[in-house]
Amino acid sequence: MAEHNPFPGENNTGHFWDDNIRELNNPPPQWWMIALWASLAWFILYGILYPMFPVLPWQSQEGGGFTKGILGWSSIKEYEQGVEQVEEVRAQYEDQIAGMSAEEILDDPGLTQYTLASAKVLFGDYCSACHGSGGQGNPGYPVLADDNWLYGGSLAKIQESITNGRKGAMTAHKDILTEAEADTLANWVVEMGETQGEGGSEAGWKLYNEKGCNACHGAEANGVLAELPDGSIVTVGAANLRDSIWRFRPGGYESAKHTILYGVNQPAVEQTRDAVMPAFGDAAGSLDGKLEPDQIKKLAVYVHSLGGGQ
Amino acid sequence: MDELYAEAHHWEVNTGGETIHAKRMPGKWRRIKWLAASVWLIFFLGPYVQWNGRQAVLFDIPNRQYHLFGVTVLPQDFWMLSLLLLFFAILLAVATALAGRVYCGYFCFQTVWTDVFTWIEERLEGSPPQRRKLDKAPVDARKLRIKVLKHAIWLVIGFLTGFSFVAWFYGAGPLWRDFFVGGANAAVYASVALFTFGTYLLAGWLREQVCFWLCPYARIQGVMLDKSTVVPAYDVTRGEPRGRVKKGEIEETRTTGDCVDCNQCVAVCPTGVDIRNGQQEGCITCGLCIDACNAVMDKVGRPRGLIRYASLDELEGESVKPMLLRPRVWVYTAILALALSGIIYGLSTLAAIELKVLHERAPLYVQLSDGSIQNKYTLKILNKSETDLKVGISAEAPVPLTLMGAEEPIAVKHGEVTPAIVFIKIGRSDLDGERLPVTFVATTQLPDGTQVSAERENAFFGPSR
Repeated sequence: MAEHNPFPGENNTGHFWDDNIRELNNPPPQWWMIALWASLAWFILYGILYPMFPVLPWQSQEGGGFTKGILGWSSIKEYEQGVEQVEEVRAQYEDQIAGMSAEEILDDPGLTQYTLASAKVLFGDYCSACHGSGGQGNPGYPVLADDNWLYGGSLAKIQESITNGRKGAMTAHKDILTEAEADTLANWVVEMGETQGEGGSEAGWKLYNEKGCNACHGAEANGVLAELPDGSIVTVGAANLRDSIWRFRPGGYESAKHTILYGVNQPAVEQTRDAVMPAFGDAAGSLDGKLEPDQIKKLAVYVHSLGGGQ
Repeated sequence: MDELYAEAHHWEVNTGGETIHAKRMPGKWRRIKWLAASVWLIFFLGPYVQWNGRQAVLFDIPNRQYHLFGVTVLPQDFWMLSLLLLFFAILLAVATALAGRVYCGYFCFQTVWTDVFTWIEERLEGSPPQRRKLDKAPVDARKLRIKVLKHAIWLVIGFLTGFSFVAWFYGAGPLWRDFFVGGANAAVYASVALFTFGTYLLAGWLREQVCFWLCPYARIQGVMLDKSTVVPAYDVTRGEPRGRVKKGEIEETRTTGDCVDCNQCVAVCPTGVDIRNGQQEGCITCGLCIDACNAVMDKVGRPRGLIRYASLDELEGESVKPMLLRPRVWVYTAILALALSGIIYGLSTLAAIELKVLHERAPLYVQLSDGSIQNKYTLKILNKSETDLKVGISAEAPVPLTLMGAEEPIAVKHGEVTPAIVFIKIGRSDLDGERLPVTFVATTQLPDGTQVSAERENAFFGPSR
């Protein structure tokens, strides 16, 4: 720094190099400085009000490690408040649903919409792994979107199926039928399915009744054992052989013959068909009561609306 | 080298260190500026215009309805907003390409509000020299009284700005009813406060600094100019060398140019630039320097137009391209026309109901026990009318079909989207091919008896053979 200023009146800072190089005093505009200090003030204020500084490492055991801010805000609290708000909206519907039957829900368009939307999540969690995301079924697992129901497609029956589960049974006929008889029956089942039950061969019908298939599949081979006066049907879950739908894929002669020979859910038979629907209700307790009755009610409405509810 | 130094000497960056006190002079462009600025009265008075018993233009955000006179626009129609934005963006571009920063000079809220604020300042504090003197003077009762009054009026204008802005969204009637008794919601008070202080700060304090350092449009527009753009410009060949008027000098033997170096063009400039240095970032092309220069030219008996609206081509003596031969004009006009026709099409075809059809994907189709194929569809019916409607659904395909789930008309609340699940069943023997076109038709009757319908095409899927 020079002893005396060789460039007086020029507003320099008094810093000189090489005689004539000097630093001038050109401060930034005042509004600019105000903005700078205002941002700094904002920064400090923000730090006081909200969680900010990652300090106090020795407190990190107890959820510490940063300053908490005097407003007590935290992102998890904000999230929980958001959930609370959603629950509040849901509660109006849930309260109504709690006191209603599945049929009553289906009669109310607004509640049906809510039920379908909320049961979609339940269906995704509990049902879609086997039955597919839209109830389209999977090999070995029935389609829920069609109008074919082994145990009935009314809301009550669907609720019953979800609550208690289902386990069908069909005897293995590999030791009962001759190869030719099994062939005849398998072909007959295919004929029946293709013709809506009109075109089954005489020989097939004869074997069907002789070998006791009608005991479960019904006299009409439509899976119905009896019709009650109120219109509901009695079934043991045996398939309707007169329709075009195959319980076990891919369907057709091979599938039919396999089912006839090895049966369904026969523990002693190695190649038997597996067909078990677990119980999701409290009553059976087999899955530790995964679903509440209200949830099952909502699911029944959802499944009923997939395309084939009766 | 000397030239470089001379240039460096002229080089001055306006960072707001000194308040610009621009002189006000009457003139043609001053009048145009006031006229253009008065367009903003619509902003203040618009919310009070009524139409069919409600506010003519109301952007009802909570209900997601946007009323424009007889038309109600819902969020579903918002594609038109993008066209509207495109229209104004291009309008800005075309105006800038033809006549420079017209928007900045005459319409921009920043320059218009600043103009009003400085007008008030002049009423209260006097001419620019008086204002500078007052700024330097020690605080006494008179200065305090003037300054407090000025800032109070500025704040009131800021408040009116915010209040009017909110009125477009909240409704002018409800706003007057609720605002002063604490009945409006927090967003209303926050918006008004933000606008009040924002206006006060931007138009009262920052002024031309906004144009220099904050506004992106000021910079964007700079690159939209070319040599044929007509902007306020100083005729260098006519004006230079500038020289003061000398007593007794004979006009015919004068050796100096027409510019008398009176500095009036700089004195009146609201952004403090010297137009004689050429077109520059600070110039908002408001034309006030033209008024000032013409007044001086009249006084010294020289022809007007030393500073005038002219293109660089014109000033350099090059041929001026007619407007219609400039490709820019055509391209911009084409985009403008396209956007405008899109908006007109959109507004004229706003239907009372809208139908959307979502085909179920899992499963794509289902075989029923009688062998027929069933497809599931979710219909979304939007009711854009003002009343609740009963909407009937029908479906058509080239083959016979059965539609299920739409036996009863569907109740659709106004302004809402109502979903409905329907099924279509087609006999296996009727189904030729994997895919059939299906047309859904939603039909309803409006309260005035007119029948309206909305169509939507979708597809019916079946198994491959």
